[in-house]
Amino acid sequence: MAEPILLEMRGVKIEGQTGPDWLPIIKGVDLTLRKGEVLGLIGESGAGKSTLGLAAMGYKRGGCRISGGSIKFDGQELVGATRNDLRALRGRRIAYVAQSAAASFNPAHNLIDQFSEGPMIHGLADRSTSQAEAVALYDAVQLPEPRTIGFRYPHQVSGGQLQRAMTAMAMACKPDLIVFDEPTTALDVTTQIEVLAAIRKAVSELGTAAIYITHDLAVVAQMADRIMVLRYGNLVEEADTRRMLSAPQEAYTKSLWSVRTFEATPKPASDPAPLLQVENVTAAYGDLTVLHDISTKVQTGRTVAVVGESGSGKSTLARAITGLLPPKQGRIVMDGKALAPDFRRRGKDDLRAIQMIYQIPDTALNPRQTVAQILARPARFFTGLSGKALQDRVDDLLALIDLEPGVFRSRLPGELSGGQKQRIGIARALAAEPRLIICDEVTSALDQLVAEGILRLLDRLQQELDLSYLFITHDLATVRAVADSVVVMQYGKVVEDGPKAQVFSPPHDPYTELLLSSVPDMDPDWLTRTLEARG
Amino acid sequence: MNSLLRLAGTRLFYGIITLVVVSIVIFFAVELLPGDVAQQILGRDATPETLAALRERLGLNDPAILRYLSWLRGIVQGDLGASLVTGQPIGDLVIGRLGNTLFLAAFAAIVAIPLALFLGVMAALYRDTWFDRTINTVTLAAISLPEFFIAYILVLFFSIGFSFQMSGPLAVIAAFVLLALLRGILQARKTGETSGIQLVIAAVFLLILLNGYFRFLPLTTEPMRVLPSLSRMSEDTDFGERIFNSILPMLTLVLVTTAYTMRMTRANIVNILAAPYIEMATLKGVPPARIIFWHALPNAWAPIINVVALTLAYLITGVVVVEAVFVYPGLGQLLVDSVAKRDITMVQACCLIFAAAYVLLNMMADVFAIATNPRLLHPK
Repeated sequence: MAEPILLEMRGVKIEGQTGPDWLPIIKGVDLTLRKGEVLGLIGESGAGKSTLGLAAMGYKRGGCRISGGSIKFDGQELVGATRNDLRALRGRRIAYVAQSAAASFNPAHNLIDQFSEGPMIHGLADRSTSQAEAVALYDAVQLPEPRTIGFRYPHQVSGGQLQRAMTAMAMACKPDLIVFDEPTTALDVTTQIEVLAAIRKAVSELGTAAIYITHDLAVVAQMADRIMVLRYGNLVEEADTRRMLSAPQEAYTKSLWSVRTFEATPKPASDPAPLLQVENVTAAYGDLTVLHDISTKVQTGRTVAVVGESGSGKSTLARAITGLLPPKQGRIVMDGKALAPDFRRRGKDDLRAIQMIYQIPDTALNPRQTVAQILARPARFFTGLSGKALQDRVDDLLALIDLEPGVFRSRLPGELSGGQKQRIGIARALAAEPRLIICDEVTSALDQLVAEGILRLLDRLQQELDLSYLFITHDLATVRAVADSVVVMQYGKVVEDGPKAQVFSPPHDPYTELLLSSVPDMDPDWLTRTLEARG
Repeated sequence: MNSLLRLAGTRLFYGIITLVVVSIVIFFAVELLPGDVAQQILGRDATPETLAALRERLGLNDPAILRYLSWLRGIVQGDLGASLVTGQPIGDLVIGRLGNTLFLAAFAAIVAIPLALFLGVMAALYRDTWFDRTINTVTLAAISLPEFFIAYILVLFFSIGFSFQMSGPLAVIAAFVLLALLRGILQARKTGETSGIQLVIAAVFLLILLNGYFRFLPLTTEPMRVLPSLSRMSEDTDFGERIFNSILPMLTLVLVTTAYTMRMTRANIVNILAAPYIEMATLKGVPPARIIFWHALPNAWAPIINVVALTLAYLITGVVVVEAVFVYPGLGQLLVDSVAKRDITMVQACCLIFAAAYVLLNMMADVFAIATNPRLLHPK
């Protein structure tokens, strides 16, 4: 703690404009960061993490204002500083790494030009010097072909590589502070571990301080010296990483920590008949074959988790089962009866038996329809209810998903929280009284606490209604929590398929092993240990 | 590059298909008109015998489809047929007129497009300042005025010149501007950001409008016979004189097109300024001007090129009214005259040329817009 203070925030208040009103986003937060220190900011979405991180650069997004407090960077007050003063600091002494590298790189310029822009406008280096530095930094963040990769355009580079290139770009001017805003949230686990390693190595070699923003506790445990927990724009708790992980003080922090302890209700040991069988299915988009000879099955009242990274064909499998993408070969068998490949040729009873819940509840609900309309439509279509009976059915559905019918019946999706929207998505699937529900990454867009609530709800519904789930996810923690059996997919093929206990215990298939070992642990030494184990 | 050529090839193919469809529409629309070409030519001299003879000579007794095909064959071979009125080959008549129209379009484009892009970029750079609001208000007013009206106003100011009270004509302009402003203000009300500038400008124009009736401001001007209101032009008019004679039609076209192009440029750039990579650039300490020119503009080209192409197409095909007002000897004027004289073959030819210009420009815009997309320029 001998290092001098680099960044000091005192009583920072930030407000956002909603119509004519200014609502508080940050309600008076203190933050101290010393030179070379890595501070983790965690909290759920809407907690104000990004807003606070950006405020460290004296930056506020459109429609926001800093309404109080002081932000001092190396003795210089940033609140009320002139634009020119702030511009001289940004990029030069404080740099930013954004969540989505794909969106934050300019598509019109190659990587190295965007790298050199910083040093050149800040007058630190000319083009050739800064290009040489770029190559050195690309090497440091372990990008392949560091000499030439900079001359590629953002769309020619993968997401994980872009995120590393962005870390390199942030370090171009050797800043004193880098703000990392959820830099690995959009990545697959196997990619995430590479990016985490690159960031940690680069930060420690440069000796720069960092603010690391994330909602993932296990990630922050690897990166930060100290952790601050934010909620509703307030500081909940602050402590050194190890103490925070081993002995959280506040109830909210403890609840965050305990999320990963959820387990679905154990099923009876019997081996029920298969409800759905996928037999040798091959499916393609045009000439591009996405699924190669897939076979698996889902038993009545059980949950099958389909895991794999993006591009492994998980969602395509769902499209093939529902008939949205008719398979080229193979067949889908439901209750011993082969279903028509194309959903248009399936009868009403076949259609109602399989329902879907989607990843992003915001776009899966019609924003112009009330909750009652959204639920009444499938109920009327599939079960032929009308009038009073239909109203009662809607109320029953709402009660089933723990939402008060009187309160929520007439609401529009815009008036619901993310978790409530996902509950409506579940109720809409239930309205058809299905046998099988395909859950496509249903918790990925939600905060951990909210996601846990959804998982608990799905578990209870399975018990009450004897539902089967096909649970598509890239999150192995979710798989551990809910699955009875697991299908591991890679490049459109099934790598492993079996009961959860069997898939998750050694010996593993090499790919399953890679997936499992890439999931961060809450243990702060996990990253170091894993990297050493991999050599 | 290869994919780009293939793309240009497919667009060209579709462009030709479009033109063939247009030629069918033009030919058969004219077919639908009452009377036939023979009657048009003979007029009052028509007797059943002369009509029959002429029809035979012109091949009018053939089925329409055969006549269409022979017309199409002629066009493909560069023969647009002969004028019904003068009997001269249409190609010779059209070529000079087309040259004049292209001259005026080029003249207007050279002024209007750089001006519009410059103003659009500036308005985006200084958005929501008084500069932006003033430009927006003025251009909104220019869009709202019909082009013949702008043309006559310009003639009033620059060629006729007058020393009587100007309050009346000014009041009419003010009425138009006020209508445009009202739209803008109502829009601003909805989003809750009514600007003082708009209200001030509105008040000024209201004053001018009222002045048209009450005459409390003695607005007069000296005679200004500085620019010709008729664009006389012949084969031997030299370049300087051509420029001078076409200043007023050019100004009219500039006023009409700049507003639209500028507003679309601004809107496209402002749209892109919301992108995460712009926030990233800001957080790298990039100055605002560089953000606009290096980060935003290269990504705004595709929509801007489309707007520019539409503007160019308008400058060629939409000049009919402006040419008529200034009696400018262009293709539009020829079209108007030919319609009046019932010179059907000439009308067909003019329409086809306009359509071809329109299709060609849009096709080029498509290709250029796609060519500025880095994903196509630098494939994986």
